[in-house]
Formats: sequence, C-alpha cells, structure tokens
Amino acid sequence: MLKVENLHASVDDKEIIKGISLYIKPGEVHAIMGPNGSGKSTLSNVLAGRDGYETPEGEVLFNAKDLLEMAPEVRAQEGLFLAFQYPVEIPGVSNIYLLKAALNAARQARGLDALDAMDFLTYVKSKTKMLKMDEKFLYRSVNEGFSGGEKKRNEILQMAVLEPKLCILDEVDSGLDIDALKIVSEGINSLRSPERSFVLITHYQRLLDYIKPDFIHVLADGKIVKSGGPELALELEKEGYGWIEEAAKA
Amino acid sequence: MNQDLKITDFYQSEYEKQRGNLAGSELGWLKVQREQAIKNFSENGFPSPREEEWRYTNVRPIERKQFTSVADITSTVDEALLRGHRLESADSLVFIDGQFSAERSDLPQLPEGAVVKNMADALASHSELLEAKLGRALHDESHGFLDFNSAFFSDGLFIYLPKNSALSKPLQLLFVSTKQDVAQLSTIRNLLVIEEGASVELIETWVGEAGHCYLNAAVTEVLAGENSSIKMTKLQAESNKSYHFGGTYVKQAKHSIFNHQSFSFGGALVRNDLHTGLRTAADVTLDGLFLVGGRQHVDNHTRISHTQPHATSREQYKGILSDKARGVFQGRVIVQEGAQKTNSEMNNHNLLLSDNAEIDAKPQLEIYADDVKCAHGVTVGQLDDESIFFLQSRGIDSERAKNMLTFAFANEQVEKIELADLKLLVQEQLLKQFPQEGIEKEWL
Repeated sequence: MLKVENLHASVDDKEIIKGISLYIKPGEVHAIMGPNGSGKSTLSNVLAGRDGYETPEGEVLFNAKDLLEMAPEVRAQEGLFLAFQYPVEIPGVSNIYLLKAALNAARQARGLDALDAMDFLTYVKSKTKMLKMDEKFLYRSVNEGFSGGEKKRNEILQMAVLEPKLCILDEVDSGLDIDALKIVSEGINSLRSPERSFVLITHYQRLLDYIKPDFIHVLADGKIVKSGGPELALELEKEGYGWIEEAAKA
Repeated sequence: MNQDLKITDFYQSEYEKQRGNLAGSELGWLKVQREQAIKNFSENGFPSPREEEWRYTNVRPIERKQFTSVADITSTVDEALLRGHRLESADSLVFIDGQFSAERSDLPQLPEGAVVKNMADALASHSELLEAKLGRALHDESHGFLDFNSAFFSDGLFIYLPKNSALSKPLQLLFVSTKQDVAQLSTIRNLLVIEEGASVELIETWVGEAGHCYLNAAVTEVLAGENSSIKMTKLQAESNKSYHFGGTYVKQAKHSIFNHQSFSFGGALVRNDLHTGLRTAADVTLDGLFLVGGRQHVDNHTRISHTQPHATSREQYKGILSDKARGVFQGRVIVQEGAQKTNSEMNNHNLLLSDNAEIDAKPQLEIYADDVKCAHGVTVGQLDDESIFFLQSRGIDSERAKNMLTFAFANEQVEKIELADLKLLVQEQLLKQFPQEGIEKEWL
C-alpha cells in the first residue's frame, strides 16, 4: 500500500526528515510517536503534499505509484486522506457541499459518474448514522464555530464519506477531552477494514488505549529510532522520550 | 479644464433643448429647482478627484462622452432580459431607458391614502406633496451628480405611505437600458415618503444589454418617519460598458429601521452613494458586496451620521477584485456631540484575486461624543493558502478550490437576503461572475 524509502525532507533548506523508511500493508495500523520537533507533522504534510517542503532524497510509492509526483488533490483521489491537526474553518461552504464536491471529484477521477443530489444525500446520511452524528452537522459551514471535538468528528465524517485506502491522522487526539477522544476513536475504529490502512501520528500514548496499532515507530530528530509492536507504547509511557532522544543523538 | 467647459456647455444646451419636455415642466416650483441645478452644474461640472469624497474615483470617462436621452424610445426591449430579472414575489414598476413603462409594470394594491406612482405622473397628480418633500433628503449633500440629476430627471418612483400602512408585497423597480444608436442617458429620481409606523420593502434592479454604453444617473431620497421600517436591496448587474451613478440619501426619524443590501456586479465605472442620518434610537444596517473584474471600477461611498442618542448602525461590505479591477470602499461614521450611547460597527473585507487589482479602503470614524461604542475593521487579502490546501487534500483541484472559497466569501452576503426569489436572483447574478468549475447550482 505505502512504501516510504529513505525519505529526506527539508523546509527552507533545513533538513527535518533525515531518512525514513516505512512499509505499510493493507489493513495495518501504524502509530508514529515522538517528541515535539521530531518531524511527525512534517512527515504527514509531505505525504499529503503540502507546499513548502523539499524532498531531495528518497521515494514514496502509494499503490506502486510515485506519490511525491502527484498534486495534493490527485493523492486524495487515489485514496490518501489526511485528517488535520487543526481543521480549517471555511465560512460559507456547507459541509454537505464540501462532501459532495470531494466525493464526486474522486469518482470522476476514477471514471465514475458523479452522484446526483438524491443518491448523494442517501449515501451521506448513512455515514452520519454510522458515526452517530446529527444530520444538522451537514448543513453547517465547514468547521465554523465547531468545538475542538466537533472539528475532529467532522474530519472522521469526511473520511467515512471518501472511503480512502490510507488515512493519516495527524495528532487527532490533540485538544480533545476524554469523552471526545472516545467518540472520535470509536469513529475511527468503525472505519477499520482489511483493505484500509492507518497512520496515527501522536505525541501521547493515550490515543493508543482506544485505537490499537499493529506497529509503533518512534521518531526522533527526523529518523525512526525504534520500531516494535504495541508493547512499545507502554515502554514509552513508563520511560518517556528522554532515552530515545539520547539514543538519537548518539 | 477645457474638457470640463465643453462638457458643461454640452449639458447646458441639452437642458435648454429638453426643458419643455422634462417631467413636471409645467410646475413653477420644479422649474426653479431645475434651473438652479443646471446653473450649479454648469459652474462645477461632474465631481473631481480633487474633492475629498471623490478622491479615488475619476469620472473623466463619463465626461469624455456626450450622453443624451432619446425622448422617443423606439428600441426593442430584450423581454428575456426583463423576465429573467423579474421577481415573482413582488409588484413592479418597470423603466425602459429612464421612462416608465406602464404595460410592463404590475402596480400594487394600495392601502387607503397611499400613493405608488411613477414620478412623472405623480408630479401631475400630487404636485403639492412633492413640492413639500422633493429634495428634503438632499439638504446636506452636494456634488455634481446631484445637480445633474435634479436638472434632468425624467422619471422614477414616488411612494407615499401614510401612518401605519404597508404594501402587501415587496415592490421591485426594474431599470432596463436597451441598445440605442446614441450613448443613452437615463436620469431617475425616486422619492419614498414613509410616514410614522409604515413599512415597505423595495428592490432596485439595474440591468442593461451586454456591450452597450450608457449612463444611469439616479438619485433616491428616503424620508423614514418615526417607527417606520424600510428594507431596500439594490442589484446592479449592468452592461460592462455602462456607467452608473446611484445615490441613496436617507433621513431616519426616531426609532425608524432602515436596512439596505447592495450588490454591484456590472458596469465599467460605478459609484454608489449611500448616506443616512439617524435621529434618536434609529437603527440602520448596511450590507454590501461588490465583485468586479476586467477594468471595472466600483466605488461604494457610505456615510452614517448619528445626530441623536441611542441609535445603532451596523455595516458590512465585502469586495472581490480580479484582473485590473479597482474598488473603493469609503465608510464614514460621524457621531455628533449629542449622540451619546451610539452603538456602531463597521467592517469591510476585501479579496484581491490578482496582482493588478486594487482596492482603496477608507474607514472613517469621527466621534464627537464621549459615551459611545464604535468598532471598525478593514481587511485586504488573498485567499487563505491553508484553506486551499485543505480542499485539495479532499480531492478538489486548486482552481475549483479557489472558486469555491471566493464564492463562499461572497455568498455570505447573499445569504442575508430573506426574500427567497430575490436571493436566487442575486445568486444567479453572482454565479455569472464565476468560472463554473467548482461551483454548482445545487449549492444554493
């Protein structure tokens, strides 16, 4: 599904990611953990195609296609989804319009007909129902005046509607209280499937209490310094990131 | 200077030719007003950028042409254009090239004592009322277009609503400019006299056939009585070769409510004046949207004068400029010495979509009272990169993303329209200004 090979990335000539390799198979959930400034968000931004990053070395293949060559919208149409750490507010664009435009862009890229208004409405309502969301959500402007928890749930709704192959969740737990975290995690768990893979980017172990990863990678100073199974999270919780950072410097 | 002389001479002679045929030409009091107006105009001409209130708008392109009103309209009206802008929900008065067209109008049923007429007929039937009221809202105004309009106005709307009365439907004014062999001049004067406790909703719609050059020089006076309630919407969607001056001047008595929405999409050179004076506890809301491209120039000049205590004003204008378009927003709020407990809020947000577009935004607060609440804010910017990336990350290409965001920015103003078919009409006009990628009708 995703093959990251010796990826280097820099911003304004400053190298942030210093050679990352990562292999993700369909259905797998990978957590990428690490202290602030370790390059977690840079990695998700580079994968999603945000402007301003140079990738002088390495390659990323997404379903055997060169991901770094694709425009951000093409990545999305190919099935990549980034859930934002800070979802933007877009006054004047309703959620339902955004969802319809996004879904139809992806369908058209795959040579399918656009869904008409009625079919789309049936489809999107099945998703709000699945995520136990109020339908009123659909008619509000994208994230405008939403609470932190509502914004994150809205990201999950977009994910549910677009049915991506790979979901990158950037600090999806940030700014959530424990109840909101439970609801968001439930939504994510309901979207897990043998075909769909996830990358959870997080600073804290607590997210992993709710979403069980198959693999954990610890990022420090732009490199993966340790990889392992779910047990690695407990180790980090006990020991903190100090020893990892020491190891990265050595 | 030489050109000024020539153009004032031209209009002086036009006036002399037309004066026997102008609306109400048999009325002595009106003749005095018109003579004074043409005299003032001959001395001063059109406004000059040397005048502070006209600093950002040079009307030289209007001075370079000789606009003339064809008395005998033989042109054919584009009925589809007319139909396309007519509101189902409203009664209407239709004006073709500045002349009232009775057969195309649907006049309202009137409450007792009310008058709704075209100005030319009203001058014949209600001369005394008009003598008492015409020009009353213009006392503290002066510039060349006002004199020009007073000298030449051919027709317009006259409404008189007596105490506590209301029309059963909104009223639409449809101003249509047709294709003529000459540069057509239309001078409209509207007067609304809304007495205590009365209410009215008025929609001004300005349309013209594409590619056609003409000048509309319109003045609307509004006398809002105590506790009256007036709602006005102005949709200006004219030919991109046309010129438009439209001034609305309001006098608000105690506790009156005036609500105005302005949408400027068309025209080569457009100037909208919107001035109101507020007495005790009067309330005004001004919302505007201007969206121009090419080499269009649009100037929105607003002035709110708080003259007595406890009045509130709220104003929001949004501008979108692309290509080499130029926009002007002047928002002047004056709080006079006695106007304590004034509550005033004004903001203006502008989106520049091209490096060559220009906006001159000038908020002006003049506060002479010490116990007031006044806020203002102006922004000029581009589309937010983060929002564009967000939409791209959802599979929407950057071109569509930009169109969506621009449309959303504009549509916020349109969403404030309450009348359903008017909202649809404005949205249709707005959509015409957009590349269609990324914007779907179903959004509306």
